[in-house]
Amino acid sequence: MLRTPLYDEHRALGARMVDFAGWEMPVQYSGVIEEHRAVRSAAGLFDLSHMGEIEVTGPGAGAALDAALVSEPSRLVLGRAQYSIIVDDRGGMLDDLVVYRTAAERWLVVANASNRAVVVAALRERIGASATVRDLSDETAMIAIQGPRSLEILAPLVALDDASALGDLRGYAALAGRVGTAKVAALIARTGYTGEDGFEIYAAAAAAPGLWRELLAAGAPLGALPIGLGARDTLRLEAGMPLYGNELRRELTPYDVGLGRVVRLEKSGDFVGRAALTARSMAGEIAGRRLVGLRVTGRGIARHGYAVRLPGGAVIGSVTSGTHAPSVGAAIALADLAGEAGPWDQGRTVEVEVRGEWIAAEVTPVPFIQRPTRRGSH
Amino acid sequence: MSVPDELRYSKEHEWVRLTGTHAVIGITAHAADELGDVVFVDLPAVGSPLSQFKVFGAIESVKAVSDLYSPISGTITAKNDALSADPASINADPYGRGWLLEVEIPNTAELDALLDAAGYRLHIG
Repeated sequence: MLRTPLYDEHRALGARMVDFAGWEMPVQYSGVIEEHRAVRSAAGLFDLSHMGEIEVTGPGAGAALDAALVSEPSRLVLGRAQYSIIVDDRGGMLDDLVVYRTAAERWLVVANASNRAVVVAALRERIGASATVRDLSDETAMIAIQGPRSLEILAPLVALDDASALGDLRGYAALAGRVGTAKVAALIARTGYTGEDGFEIYAAAAAAPGLWRELLAAGAPLGALPIGLGARDTLRLEAGMPLYGNELRRELTPYDVGLGRVVRLEKSGDFVGRAALTARSMAGEIAGRRLVGLRVTGRGIARHGYAVRLPGGAVIGSVTSGTHAPSVGAAIALADLAGEAGPWDQGRTVEVEVRGEWIAAEVTPVPFIQRPTRRGSH
Repeated sequence: MSVPDELRYSKEHEWVRLTGTHAVIGITAHAADELGDVVFVDLPAVGSPLSQFKVFGAIESVKAVSDLYSPISGTITAKNDALSADPASINADPYGRGWLLEVEIPNTAELDALLDAAGYRLHIG
């Protein structure tokens, strides 16, 4: 199994380790609920070094990325980031991505760990000789700090190269800088996957353990905890953020999950999936299937794969993600529903099959939680 | 992990405490720790029969759902209703406040098929 540069840190902190996409990752340290609450009330530190970092450079890089992805990375202002999706020629989603423009002719594409190889291969094939594609995942560590006290914890440790204040970094912006007493060179982004304000730090793998310890020491007095994949999942679900493998799959287009806004059909050049996505966009997002937020009102927890039906009626889809949501105080879920059974108005009731019994759930707006600041979220 | 000497244990990580003609059952501290934060328990109604080593309910943590296996056969005479308001008591006090069911048992013969504390400690390594 693969290990991140922070593996020894997780063991020393007493984390329970699990296999995640071939990586031995911490699923929890002190407990999922305690970790979840720490991120909502103070801050949490995440090791995301398993994710894929792919650099695309050269004079043709912007145009090449426009042709490879559904969004338009060439139009990103230097120091900004965008949420993007890579699809196959039928419009099926291969992965969801965050793309940063880190220099005039350099972009960083961040892929899910489970899709790294697929994304690297697709980018190499699509970009060819137009630009240079380098998979930096092995030598790059990624540490996220998320939660309302993230800025307070991180600011004293960061010096941005352009001498601007960390607090002035906008949501979905990223700048180069130095972090910690060792002045580790890093890309510091105001992005995340929790619904909270926060930062994601990309740095050399060798520097990660020192950085992790320093961030943890600085955050601990303010209530920061290390956060495992268990709480990462409850946090992102409450924030209504999709997860590849659950909500996002190769069988679905961005329009099927309410992500049509990410697709830039109006961009000038051709891109992989354009014809299929154009056809799908004509059908509209309501006509077919869509992703709906549910709050379970009956007794039980709706989990991934459970069937959803109209009350006493026909099965109309299934749960893509579901859990007990600590900050909502109820079981919540996202469900992939199809057919002409809409509209999916708030308060409408459906039923979820839990161990052979149909329990009630109510259609609920997504995100499931409202936060005062959501600077770092997508 | 705590493994009280006076209890009997199944390999599926349930414990049994004999109280005369009745038995109280629950899940072990090891199982509670493996599950993580318990948020929901699905138990059968009082009066329902239980069969040894058969599934009788489910326990859900934030992360996952797991089957509950009965360590003994019998008829349910009480269930821990406090768990619906405070399922986390299974993590906090698995052998006390976190008990699941009280069962009337026809005889104690089935206890021989269970592990004693030493055997269970070996089982969980």
